[in-house]
Amino acid sequence: MASLTETIRTPSSLGRLSTYLYTRPRLLLLLLLVPPLLWLGIIYLGSLFSLLLQSFFQLDDFTGQVVMKPTIGNYLRLFSATNLSIILRTAGMAAVVTVISAMIAFPLAYYMARYADKRMKALFYVAVMLPLWSNYLVRVYAWKLILAKEGAIHWIFNQLGLGGFLDWILSLPVIEGSSLSTSYLGTMITFVYIWLPYMILPVQAALERVPRSLVEASSDLGAKPGETFRKVILPLAIPGVAAGSIFTFSLTLGDYIIPQLIGSSRPFIGQAVYQFQGTSGDIPMAAAFAMVPIAIMAVYLAIAKRLGAFDAL
Amino acid sequence: MRSDRLLAPNRLVADRSSAKAGFGLTAAAWFGVLFLNLPILFIILYGFTTDDKSYSFPPPGLTTEWFSVTFARADFWDALWLSVRVALVAMMIAMVLGTCAAAAMYRFNFFGKESVTLLILLPIALPGIVTGISLRSAFALGDVPFTYWTIVLGHATFCIVVVYNNVIARLRRSSPALIEASMDLGANSFQTFRHVILPNLATALLAGGMLAFALSFDEVIVTTFTAGQQRTLPIWMLNELIRPHQRPVTNVAAIIVMAITFLPIIGAYYLTRDTQDVAGSGK
Repeated sequence: MASLTETIRTPSSLGRLSTYLYTRPRLLLLLLLVPPLLWLGIIYLGSLFSLLLQSFFQLDDFTGQVVMKPTIGNYLRLFSATNLSIILRTAGMAAVVTVISAMIAFPLAYYMARYADKRMKALFYVAVMLPLWSNYLVRVYAWKLILAKEGAIHWIFNQLGLGGFLDWILSLPVIEGSSLSTSYLGTMITFVYIWLPYMILPVQAALERVPRSLVEASSDLGAKPGETFRKVILPLAIPGVAAGSIFTFSLTLGDYIIPQLIGSSRPFIGQAVYQFQGTSGDIPMAAAFAMVPIAIMAVYLAIAKRLGAFDAL
Repeated sequence: MRSDRLLAPNRLVADRSSAKAGFGLTAAAWFGVLFLNLPILFIILYGFTTDDKSYSFPPPGLTTEWFSVTFARADFWDALWLSVRVALVAMMIAMVLGTCAAAAMYRFNFFGKESVTLLILLPIALPGIVTGISLRSAFALGDVPFTYWTIVLGHATFCIVVVYNNVIARLRRSSPALIEASMDLGANSFQTFRHVILPNLATALLAGGMLAFALSFDEVIVTTFTAGQQRTLPIWMLNELIRPHQRPVTNVAAIIVMAITFLPIIGAYYLTRDTQDVAGSGK
């Protein structure tokens, strides 16, 4: 008994430090929180702030030096015809990609959530996650191979005697390109492929949460399966679709690798940012351009929030 | 009894609809699955083609010579080595910072907690190009030259959230009673951490680290802004894609990259598969 009181009375130095921290939870919190906050605060927020700052500077055309005098010149330049068409092209692509992704994702997610048994569900889950975790560049490259003029899709269409049909599609306005890999259609397919898992997962989660009793109640009350789907299941799945669309829309807005590798050579926002900072060394203009996707996303998030997207994340 | 009989037909309808999907739906679901997974096979197929000038399908012939060609190229090995070094260090930084953040967020309630969560999530919530150009602009303003460390800096920043997600999910499911019991039985905080918390966290921590490694090893968008003239493996591949030198070599490199990233991801999956928070669900 005596030895026990002894150890309690004279704890080791580590023990004393432990007690010290235990009685001062605020200090412990500080010790835990300060390292990650310093890192993210200085490196990440600092960089974001420097981006904002840079966007108000301007590049001197003659000296090639950045003039650190605040101006909104870069932002005015965003409204030139060329830049405006880049912005509209990117936003339009993001919208189309989002809609098509939702159309492909919905039946898959619906099947996963309502019909697949346990084993099937695991299989589908892996099938959705596998591409998400394989190399982004490799997956884009795969489509370059598939969509090329001499590649698999053109080959299949030719084998089926539908080569003329494919050429006709490729000759349509807007899509226009000599092959799938040099047309907007190819860019769109690749975007959809790359971001699709981000749409499937939240939609599936939302559908999973639709209570079975509601569906049964609807059919008990005389609704046909189609009506139940339209009036009960679909409205409850909307937040999931909205959540998924945040990813597909935002990721398409900011990507510059896909349109660079697959598609017509007309630039997207990401490429403009990349070229301004790279070849022309105009970081202030690149910074101003990078504000465009941030601004569009801010508006988009406000809309998505009203649709309940944040509850479905 | 009467009501039972009345309900019966409807229940039959409900049962049928919940048991079997229509043909259209099944076909659409499988189309999605194939669409997501078939393209990867083309990468492997084209790694063995004898045609190094175009993308012709079907390949005119098959060969394994591109593997030895790839292994003989020094620039490939340099890029691979740089990627591994960056991913390892970024992973370690992310593991330390992510675990600290998760522990703090789990254990305490404090003013501004929501903002901290947002700050941790932001680097992967904003498009990669924003993160990339931000770092680039900060380096330009501060006259920081591009080095190995500028790449690590960017990678560690977006890897923190992966570790954080894994660790906090595990913490939320572990019972606080265990920690209290350990303290009641006389262990101090460090002993409790060493003998109770750490073993409980180990697999989640390891899984988070592996995913962080994979994420860093794969990253190309942020890296193009923070690497300068240096080439990580994805950047090396991007250059090969834009200016093909020996086309199938890119495919062989792609196959190797897939193998290197898949091992840690499968490992992470196995470490966490028996739990609710399956690793990778929140990339």
